[in-house]
Amino acid sequence: MSNSNHPTSPHLQIYRLPLTALLSITHRITGVILAFGCLLLVWILAVAADSAEAYQAIEPHLGSWYGQIFLLGFIFSLYLHFCNGVRHLFWDVGYGFELEVVDITAKLAIAMAVILTIATWVVAGVA
Amino acid sequence: MTDFRSPLSRVKGLGSAKDGTSHFWRQRLTSLLMIPLVLWIGFSLAALPVDHATLTGWIQQTWVTIALILLIIVTFYHAQLGLQVIIEDYVSSHSRRTVILLLSNLACLLLGTIGVVSVLKISFGA
Repeated sequence: MSNSNHPTSPHLQIYRLPLTALLSITHRITGVILAFGCLLLVWILAVAADSAEAYQAIEPHLGSWYGQIFLLGFIFSLYLHFCNGVRHLFWDVGYGFELEVVDITAKLAIAMAVILTIATWVVAGVA
Repeated sequence: MTDFRSPLSRVKGLGSAKDGTSHFWRQRLTSLLMIPLVLWIGFSLAALPVDHATLTGWIQQTWVTIALILLIIVTFYHAQLGLQVIIEDYVSSHSRRTVILLLSNLACLLLGTIGVVSVLKISFGA
């Protein structure tokens, strides 16, 4: 390339990502978070299958502050990926491509993820 | 533009990756299956006390065992497909990409198997 000063687009350090682009990269990030989270959940399941004693040894960690942060983070990532995934499914069958609609469904997906997270947390608190 | 593709390759429509839209299609089907399963597992686990007896007793119900195994298989299949796309997009070195893809696929297969076996072990009360 002879003209190395030529601006490239989109310049990710300067260009302010629109909400949809931000949600798009967040979808990938939450996907990776969920994959690693599932690793931990399967490990807990395997410990529970191993013996009651082994499970009781790790049970306090689930109720600890870092356990609660992990669970809350996992649940929010799950619902955000879930809601944005449903948004993707609508696009896949050809609906919701208009710019205003794209923006509305982005905000709707985030709002639904927050509501579902709070609802799950409330159910967990009541139980 | 001259089209260098043979009539056979055009009619098959499988492209350079040799599997056409099959990856895309599997990703969508697994996500559709997970819509009810994710809502079910999220709220069921939230409503459950986390002690060992309650947890295993819940898993031992036949329909829970079935739904859980289904969820685990579909989840790790979906995860494998998703991680594959991310790795293919961001790891440009061909040799490194191949190794990371193999490790990622193996990890998903292994975790899915551990999950299914754990559910079965609890379910059969071993």
